Amino acid sequence: MLEAIFDRARDAHRTAFIPYVMAGDPDLETTAAILTALTDAGADAIELGIPYGDPLADGPTIAAAAQRALARNVTVRDVLDLVERHKADAGAPIVLFTYFNPIYQYGLERFAHDASDAGASAVIVPDIALEEGEELSAVLAEHGLDMPLLVAPSTTPERAARIASQSSGFIYVVSRLGVTGAGTQPSTEALREKIRVLRATTEKPLAVGFGVSDAEHVRAVARLADGIIVGSALIDAYAGADGDDAAARVRRFVEPLIAAADFSAP
Amino acid sequence: MQQPDVRGYFGEFGGRFVPEVLIDALDRLTVEMTAAFGDPSFWREYDEVLRDFVGRPSPLYRAERYGDAARVPLLLKREDTNHTGAHKINNTVGQALLARRMGKKRLIAETGAGQHGVATATVGAKFGFPVDVYMGAVDVERQALNVYIMKVLGATVHPVTGGTQTLKDATNEAFRVWAAEVEEAFYVIGSVVGAHPYPYMVREFQKVIGVESRRECLERYGRLPTDVIACVGGGSNAMGIFAGFVDDPQVRLWGVEAAGEGVDSGKTAAALGAGRVGVLHGSRSYLLQNAHGQVQDTHSISAGLDYPGVGPEHAFLKESGRATYVPVTDAQALDAFFEFARAEGIIPAVESAHAIAFAKQLAAERGPDDLILVNLSGRGDKDIAQVRAMTGDA
Ligand SMILES: Cc1ncc(COP(=O)(O)O)c(C=O)c1O
Repeated sequence: MLEAIFDRARDAHRTAFIPYVMAGDPDLETTAAILTALTDAGADAIELGIPYGDPLADGPTIAAAAQRALARNVTVRDVLDLVERHKADAGAPIVLFTYFNPIYQYGLERFAHDASDAGASAVIVPDIALEEGEELSAVLAEHGLDMPLLVAPSTTPERAARIASQSSGFIYVVSRLGVTGAGTQPSTEALREKIRVLRATTEKPLAVGFGVSDAEHVRAVARLADGIIVGSALIDAYAGADGDDAAARVRRFVEPLIAAADFSAP
Repeated sequence: MQQPDVRGYFGEFGGRFVPEVLIDALDRLTVEMTAAFGDPSFWREYDEVLRDFVGRPSPLYRAERYGDAARVPLLLKREDTNHTGAHKINNTVGQALLARRMGKKRLIAETGAGQHGVATATVGAKFGFPVDVYMGAVDVERQALNVYIMKVLGATVHPVTGGTQTLKDATNEAFRVWAAEVEEAFYVIGSVVGAHPYPYMVREFQKVIGVESRRECLERYGRLPTDVIACVGGGSNAMGIFAGFVDDPQVRLWGVEAAGEGVDSGKTAAALGAGRVGVLHGSRSYLLQNAHGQVQDTHSISAGLDYPGVGPEHAFLKESGRATYVPVTDAQALDAFFEFARAEGIIPAVESAHAIAFAKQLAAERGPDDLILVNLSGRGDKDIAQVRAMTGDA
């Protein structure tokens, strides 16, 4: 069901723009305002992080955002309530991003049910790879939720093909080794090669994330991929602000990126 | 002895809960480990290094005066006599040999108390690897001596300031660094934790403790111990000694967890005693966590046991009933630390003092025909400054 956003974007000669924010950073009301601002700015979908204290796949920016949310005891249930409100306001599709243990403790079946009820479209679990993902993706699918899987630069081509066939919604192409963070620019060459290999085995949409942080990156990636995920740089852009101020900063930050996602532009 | 299945599970515990970026490295490590384990020349070199560099076999010492030792025979496996003062080096020697075999360029490691960091720095120096050690900023303060020892050995210690700034966070950081440098770096994990194949691999490198103990016990006492006791942090010294006896059903296995201020106090590190099944650092096992699945802050007098998780094979041994896990508090461990030092002339690591404290409790229920074996996992020199400060001794 998430695939539709990529079709719509492609028809408009754009790559789908998918910003990432951490729910509850610095508080849930601010996140609600940010989700609205992102929808209004034209985000095709929004990745919404469920805070977790031991995020193995995240760099300092997202780890710190999670700590700020946890300082306010933001829970899985709180995040689902936020999604429900956002969807009631006709907000952009939500892709939940959560480590495994919080949803394991919540109960996988119950989580899938409640996330679907709240109106989420998909769930990404960065510490679940192909091997451990079977049960979870089946449970999510029963509730109509997609589960995009990640492909890393270190993933072998043979394995990438298997991931591509299991992945639903889109395939999350990790642009470089390491963890999330705005630091080093992804190598376009390596990325182009990875995407070429993936295209040969799948027709599912490919969205690129990790390290995409400015309009120039977005322009480079827009010509290669079906979607672009921007996280740490966005979180840095509103760090220290809250409420409408944070939402305004978010909007100022994403507008040029969304413009850059238009690949029909010269 | 239980082998993990192809997906790295002991029963329902273990597995690989890590980001995709690490899967290929774990696959390659599994292949190389399997080849090395089947190669007699690999074990020959491992045995040689353990003999000439580490000083193995370690003695099996019969205590004379501690607790009930005069009535109930009490044996101690002296891992404290190893080079660097603990069992940790058995594992780092094995992993360094594997890293060399795989052509890796450098070693990374996490450390809590600093013992595993020192053991990794030591083999790094010996085999010519640069070593980067990740250590919680709080632990860097608490374990200043080990930090300096690592520097003397040429390793770089990186203080980790995220989260609770202790072992859990150091492990997170080591995983992140590994994800970025997965081609060049070999991640030397310090206990039977982490994603498959680490829990199994580390056990195999610590198994020498159990194999030696069993052999020597039979040679010198003509029988197996009735009870085997070891402290459990991540659980490597315990898995090492248990491995020698797990197939002898008459031998009772006891894992001693750090209760901190008490299993129900909220200030504890007893994952099996007070935790629930969860996922941390790549495997499914018992875990101290809150109702929302957030990992709980832990507490123990002993930095080496101050960890919210526990190796998956221990969770399996607990569920199957093959081993029993018991708590020992800070106060009980501290009493045993002094009592054992003064009765036997051996200062135990505070980690090992937990096992020693339980040995005394157990001896009260045992008789002269029983034979209790305790893994004395390390020596207490590293703990002197802390114990001195805690007891207010000038
Ligand atoms: C002497 C000693 N014993 C025990 C431990 C706990 O580790 P494990 O449970 O893996 O043996 C440590 C860890 O630092 C240690 O230094």
